[in-house]
Amino acid sequence: MTIESVGHDHITLTSNLERSVQERVDERVDELVQERLHRLVAESVAEQIAAAMKKDPAKNKVAIIASKGTLDMAYPPLILASAAAAMGENVEIFFTFYGLNIVKKGGAKHLKVAPIANPAMPVPMPNIVGMLPGMTPLATWMMKSQFFGKHNVVPIEQLLQECVDLGVKLIACQMTMDVFGMKAEDLIDGVEVGGAATFINFANDAHTTLFI
Amino acid sequence: MTTIYQVDKFVDAKGQSCPMPVLMLAKAFRDLVSGQILAIGATDPGSKADMSAWADKTGNTLLDMVEEKGVFTFYLKKA
Repeated sequence: MTIESVGHDHITLTSNLERSVQERVDERVDELVQERLHRLVAESVAEQIAAAMKKDPAKNKVAIIASKGTLDMAYPPLILASAAAAMGENVEIFFTFYGLNIVKKGGAKHLKVAPIANPAMPVPMPNIVGMLPGMTPLATWMMKSQFFGKHNVVPIEQLLQECVDLGVKLIACQMTMDVFGMKAEDLIDGVEVGGAATFINFANDAHTTLFI
Repeated sequence: MTTIYQVDKFVDAKGQSCPMPVLMLAKAFRDLVSGQILAIGATDPGSKADMSAWADKTGNTLLDMVEEKGVFTFYLKKA
């Protein structure tokens, strides 16, 4: 058996025995090339996917629905929205149902919290006391000055302004405005009006979606 | 050994509660140029985690955090 020629990718051997060896060599070379190609392609694709995911705008989108209108429940959407906006995110708050109380003219200042049937309140009050006239204003005052005020938590009006300053988009739900007889003039400046589809459209592309 | 930083801007967020420290930081950062260092003082214990998360998310660098008598001073560098 002699080696007839040596080239770049194969060695040609003479004689019949060598033909089967030749086939085996070719086969093996093909196998190794395939494996290497697969690995290279997989690595390259993984890299590209990781890079694309890093740049995904959905990572920086926060969609919040604010549906409650009491003082205690007005804080969560506004705190989360302003913090996210401070981190450079694209934030939208959709105010619906009682959440409209937060964005109507003069609304933020007059948000209340009722102690009756609110067993989670920090100062527990028996319902029979909580139902008396004056108890809601009392609880509201307590929450504002003794709890939030004492710990230097900014009032809702200020937090709302911070949101606007940081570019948070405020949208009021058209349907609930109609139901409660509110008109666009009744809202503070800078609030747009939209419907469910408006919110869904934005929320679809937002990694963070919250219902409050 | 503590490093002395060349601070270009100082923000006083002492006494402020969440989310104000982070909001004040973001607003003050707008006026900085790349490479400048800002120091912010806060007393809110939650700000420790918040400052780090903020830097992480915005691509800026949290250089250091110094704690003294309940006041946390964060040094951040604009990317």
